[in-house]
Amino acid sequence: MTSRDPLLRFEGAARAYGDVLAVAGVTCSIAAGSFVALVGASGSGKSTLLKMVNTLVEPTAGRVLFGGEDVASLHPAHLRRRVGYVFQGIGLFPHMSVAENIAIGPRLTGEKLPDKRIAELLELVELEPAMGSRMPDELSGGQRQRVGVARALAGEPELLLMDEPFGALDPLTRDALGTKVRELHDTLGLTTVMVTHDMAEALLLADRVLVMDAGALVADESPRALLAGAGGEIAQGLVSVPRQQAERLAALEGVGETRR
Amino acid sequence: MGDIWDILPGLGDKLAAHVVLSASAIGLAILIALPMAVWASRSPLVSRLALSLASLVQTIPALALLALFFPLLLSLRAVFGEGLPTLGFLPALLALTLYALLPILRNAVTAQANLDPGVLEAADGVGMTRWQKLTLVEAPLSAPFIMAGIRTASVWTIGAATLATTIGQPSLGDPIFAGLQTQNWALVLAGCLASAGLALAADNLLWVIEVGLARRSRLQTFGGMAVVAIGITAALWAQGSGNDERRIVIASKQFSEQYILAQLIGGRLEAAGYAVEYRDGLGSAVVHSAVASSSIDISVDYTGTIWTNYLGRKDNPGREAMYETIRDWEWRENGVRVLGRLGFENAYAFAMRGERARELRVASLADLAAVAPNLTVGGDPEFFERPEWIAVRDAYGLRFARSRNFAPTFMYNALQSGEADVISAYTSDGRIAADKLVVLEDPEGALPSYDAMIMLSPRIAADEGVIAALTPLVGAIPVEAMREANLAVDREDEAKLTPKQAAAELAEKAGF
Repeated sequence: MTSRDPLLRFEGAARAYGDVLAVAGVTCSIAAGSFVALVGASGSGKSTLLKMVNTLVEPTAGRVLFGGEDVASLHPAHLRRRVGYVFQGIGLFPHMSVAENIAIGPRLTGEKLPDKRIAELLELVELEPAMGSRMPDELSGGQRQRVGVARALAGEPELLLMDEPFGALDPLTRDALGTKVRELHDTLGLTTVMVTHDMAEALLLADRVLVMDAGALVADESPRALLAGAGGEIAQGLVSVPRQQAERLAALEGVGETRR
Repeated sequence: MGDIWDILPGLGDKLAAHVVLSASAIGLAILIALPMAVWASRSPLVSRLALSLASLVQTIPALALLALFFPLLLSLRAVFGEGLPTLGFLPALLALTLYALLPILRNAVTAQANLDPGVLEAADGVGMTRWQKLTLVEAPLSAPFIMAGIRTASVWTIGAATLATTIGQPSLGDPIFAGLQTQNWALVLAGCLASAGLALAADNLLWVIEVGLARRSRLQTFGGMAVVAIGITAALWAQGSGNDERRIVIASKQFSEQYILAQLIGGRLEAAGYAVEYRDGLGSAVVHSAVASSSIDISVDYTGTIWTNYLGRKDNPGREAMYETIRDWEWRENGVRVLGRLGFENAYAFAMRGERARELRVASLADLAAVAPNLTVGGDPEFFERPEWIAVRDAYGLRFARSRNFAPTFMYNALQSGEADVISAYTSDGRIAADKLVVLEDPEGALPSYDAMIMLSPRIAADEGVIAALTPLVGAIPVEAMREANLAVDREDEAKLTPKQAAAELAEKAGF
């Protein structure tokens, strides 16, 4: 952790839907430059917490500070243009070409993104610049999410929010795109918060893992500490899944060798 | 039916009026429906309310909806002043707009509800304002569906606009109604062909735009829109090039005699140098108020009709007293000048086939009452609601097995085919003699007299030129001459005449 003020801070942030408390008062800070994974089972409140940052969800109590300012005091459209957002639904605009999709953020502020910059962004996510003229329905799922990432990066955001970004992709694409995003995070100096239900993905990509359960933050550890057994019962339950899978795979390999 | 090709080119005016009316109604409906759809997409309550209201409007028959705007606008004159038109374009526009709302609104609301939630989340996520989201995402994605709704609305509206004729708005319904009443099938077909052709053309053109929107082809979308715009502009220009000065508007109700007399009156006024316009096929109930409010300038009405329907009288003081009372009442209450009586009566009378009457031994309404429980009575669409019928029914205790409504021209066919045993005929009708019908006597004098009168609206009540041109008609048309003219128009053999030709013959016989 640096001595700088946190880029993002949750202060008792809570969200109720009727009687159900989706997020039950979360307090934590996220430093600029960090890659934070927000992990938990379905319904643990991780997506709701993430969406409080770009005000797609409004807290019913507490507040969220972005760069020291309460997000509720900012104009939602202006705030969201400073925050890249990538989500499982991808949500490319089907009536716009790939290039138009990527350029949409700057276009909203009346700025025209130069073709050169669009080509650069496509290259960043490992797509051919010629792809720019294609329509979204001509792309594969993985290509679409790459465009989604390029669109999120087009406005040079201070913060990148990702909500199960790779959830709908096949394992190979998922792994490649995850690695790519981490690489972009490092080279572009981003601050990234990624929601995932996959602990393996969180451990491999993030510098810091937040674990949520029933709307509350139950663990806040580095991947190394989690693997070393820190974080408590719920966090360890989640860590045990990939660990056991790895052990079973290793055992399978061992069996194969003895039979040879 | 070769005549159709002679009639069609003459329908240019009606076509232009039809296009302008339909396009205005659809345009207005779009202007109302789209903001409503946006509002509805933000509030389920508004959505439910708007859709049920639009559906409710659809359940009202188009003809009734059009007619309802007349009294509505008349009562609104208290707010907007006497200048508010109650007949013609305005009520037709409003009724058709209401009618066109549903398909546009429903498609727009459905399109919005079916937008991919992921796309909407992305729109918010990239930082669109509400307006940007609407214009950059929601509108373009909904456009093909909304266009489909506009297409449906256009076909409906163009079809329903033919009914605007009944409230005095020229449209392609004019030849249809005129043809139906005078059994001029070529005229009916020409009107139907023209309006169906227009509906098909609009449907196809809008389809081109719809596909253009769906394929995101600007060329196709804007090309289609340009053609639509050219069509509407041409219609507007064709309409605007007509004479702007107020013409003398002559009404006719929905039967042959009215068409003939309108032509007779119009012919004389034209000869006197007046510009004349005909509003054919008006609903009977509309005509009187239309003349009183100067929406129409001249009509031919009947003493019995005014006596029972507008004076609300049930007594029968005799022909002369009735006429004088009406003349004074019209002048005093409405500022309408009753120029005079034409010289014939078109009274309601009950008629039967001669054979059937002899078979049942019926010569008078009193005889009829005894056998009525086994008979079917036929009347024109308004007859069984009229006070005359109620008076006759009660005076003789008439109880029929069945009563059926027919358009006036079809009543006589119904009598011949046995679908009705007795009908409410009109004494000036040529078919009474031609079909050898027996007119039943009215010993109780329950049916009032029906002298045909020329009525002048307050606007031209003092116009000396009009009065001079029409006064010679007073007392000039004996019932035999009127019957002959009516028969000439109603008959279906080669001696059939158009109302205009019959009017010319009638004028000749009357000595003009």
